[in-house]
Amino acid sequence: MSDAVIEVADLDARYGLGHVLQGLELRAGRECVALMGRNGVGKSTLARVLMGLTPPRADGVVRLLGQDVLGWPPHRIARLGVGYVPQGRRLFPSLTVDEHLELNRRPGPAGTRWTADAVFELFPSLGQRRRSYGNQISGGERSMLAIGRALVTNPGCLILDEPTEGLAPAVVENVAEGLRTLTGEGVAVLLIEQNVKAAALAADRAYFMAEGRIVHEAADKAAMTDDTVLSRYLGVSA
Amino acid sequence: MTLHTFYFLTLNGLTLAALLFIMASGLTLAFGLMRVVNLAHGAFYLLGGYTGVHVVQASGSLAAGVLVGGAVAMAGGLLVERLLLQRVRGLDLSEALLTIAVGLIIADALLVAYGGRPISLPLPPGLRSPVDLGVMMYPAFRVVIMVLAVLLGGALWLVMSRTRIGAAIRAGVDDRETAMAQGINVPLLFAGVFAVASFLAGAAGVIGTSYMSLNQGLDVRVLMLSLVVIIIGGMGSLKGAAVGALITGMVSSFATGYLPQFALFFLFLPMTLILVFRPQGLFGRTT
Repeated sequence: MSDAVIEVADLDARYGLGHVLQGLELRAGRECVALMGRNGVGKSTLARVLMGLTPPRADGVVRLLGQDVLGWPPHRIARLGVGYVPQGRRLFPSLTVDEHLELNRRPGPAGTRWTADAVFELFPSLGQRRRSYGNQISGGERSMLAIGRALVTNPGCLILDEPTEGLAPAVVENVAEGLRTLTGEGVAVLLIEQNVKAAALAADRAYFMAEGRIVHEAADKAAMTDDTVLSRYLGVSA
Repeated sequence: MTLHTFYFLTLNGLTLAALLFIMASGLTLAFGLMRVVNLAHGAFYLLGGYTGVHVVQASGSLAAGVLVGGAVAMAGGLLVERLLLQRVRGLDLSEALLTIAVGLIIADALLVAYGGRPISLPLPPGLRSPVDLGVMMYPAFRVVIMVLAVLLGGALWLVMSRTRIGAAIRAGVDDRETAMAQGINVPLLFAGVFAVASFLAGAAGVIGTSYMSLNQGLDVRVLMLSLVVIIIGGMGSLKGAAVGALITGMVSSFATGYLPQFALFFLFLPMTLILVFRPQGLFGRTT
């Protein structure tokens, strides 16, 4: 697959003595791929390795937008055109909604498609809170702002670490719809999720992870929400 | 104690607060960005001070002395950051020890060069005479120090609140890792803030020489006071540096004036209370 935007091969990562990722393989083109699995299987570690955040120590192949980025500092990976929505959102309490978007605004692989106004169009409720600080807005708005903050960098690929965690179902739908819009415009999306509903709404296919490895691939939506798969790898039913 | 003494101590406290703010404002931002506190900051104060005295003697221009003193300290800061600190990034203890070592080397080199004799700044005639502040006569130059600190505070506030670089610094202080993952080159930003902080230390060394004459050991004293200011105000907070400087300046001036035997006790009391009851400082954030 030559048009892979996210390519991970033979990836090992360690935290101290813990071997958190073990020979992990994963690839995604201009589509929305979900990465699912229980707590502690290494999903967030993978996101951190992709973004160059340390620790962990990692070796293997990590190719994003055609570049081998393993060992790059995070700001260089971000400037390459990789958007990142970290777990827990991690907005800046000292910055307003407007400042979050203004600070990150830059042309990227997606050109200049994403401006603050385009983000407010995608997430209208965020537009009502432009002068509020990052710690003064609701959970749903935080999630939208974290996504918007990544979007205004006009990324070619977007990595989201549980963006719908703790959100009401209606807001989950709103976020999933936003991700569908992005995929439609050719952005590669890697969606790390425990929320089956969100993953099924947004993603075209899914990887399931356990103990630092990819243990199952679901090639389409039906396979993603299959009861046996869900109970085996997530311990839930659809 | 007369009302006159009260005014005098208040003005002295404000002068010291002004100097401390100039020292601490850059230091606290650099500290907040990379969690590296430059323990050579006091030595940069001395370095700037001695350089400035030379320049003022040679040129007769106080402004030239302040600028050159600041520039020399800034060059020192850039060298320390680019050549040394960058090699031990992330190793807290190594970073601290390295800056202590640099501070000791600079201070000792200055001792060799200038000896232990206190040196004070030859002020231009216009700034030597006292001015009438309404409540009392007060040395003109100390008034200039206060005005400079207020102007600096205003300028830094504008940069921090109105510019993209200011927003990037705030983001980096809030959450360095996330700021980097959003594309902000925090190490480069830190190098810039570190250089500006060093400039301010050097400049403070020149203008402060009219208030405290340059001598050995002054580097440690001004460093201690700057750290007290930062701990009270909260790491990475400009507002905290201003309030911390006011508290420290006033407490130092009044304690020295009224209860000199307890001056050090009162100086460190606010810091101790803050550390116990609000360890992140008055305006710091918990992370």
